[in-house]
Amino acid sequence: MNNPHHLNPTSLKSRFTTRFLRALTKIRAQKPISSSSPTEIFRRYRRIKVAADKSMAYSVRSRRIWSRAMLWKLRSRSYRRQDPCSGRRFGKTNQAIMKKSSNENTTTRREDGVGFVEEADELRQLVPGGETMNLCNLLDETAHYIKCLTTQVQVMKKIADFYSF
Amino acid sequence: MSSRRWRESSRTNMSEEQITQLLSTLRQLLPEIPHSHSHKASSAAKVLKQTCNYIKTLHREVDDLSDRLSQLLATIDADSAEAAIIRSLLT
Repeated sequence: MNNPHHLNPTSLKSRFTTRFLRALTKIRAQKPISSSSPTEIFRRYRRIKVAADKSMAYSVRSRRIWSRAMLWKLRSRSYRRQDPCSGRRFGKTNQAIMKKSSNENTTTRREDGVGFVEEADELRQLVPGGETMNLCNLLDETAHYIKCLTTQVQVMKKIADFYSF
Repeated sequence: MSSRRWRESSRTNMSEEQITQLLSTLRQLLPEIPHSHSHKASSAAKVLKQTCNYIKTLHREVDDLSDRLSQLLATIDADSAEAAIIRSLLT
């Protein structure tokens, strides 16, 4: 049972791998692969990218601000595709929430008196949900987000190498 | 009025020590840069800038790998046996 050489089944890496492989198999089954028109290839690439983010977000679930933000974004994307009218409503609400929180944060940031507001703002754009985070949360969430991204890259690389031969 | 309370509580919640600690955690996650001029005293701004660049690099890698996988998709049929092999390669 305690085999150090086997991947811990409850680890993030393992959960992501299982989900992502399942998603890839599903994507392959959806359309005939023989068609290699540029649009088809691009659609496949988009679907795989979304599957990678989705698999990661679902593996982390709602334990992190960034994963919650990503799940929210993914879900509102799928609603928008089903019903274009409701999507527009969603988008406006989201913008309203973001604007409200970012206004509060603008006040805090100016009060901080530290010399890296610009860099922190740039980071907020890169981390999902970053616009609503204060500085402490931003730094903490970023560390976790980076760990998950490196896991994502590692697994995707292994899968690509595995199927390249 | 409530915004002032928010500001004050945020300031007391975020001590400089806390920020320094979180920044050092981040720095340890970043890839080592061989020709960096500063050794220990990298400013907070620098660490954040390097963090942003690193995240952008990782995003780009995910993009490239998604592209690569889209071309390999015809061969990917991950039944349980193959999934187990892949998982064992990841340890």
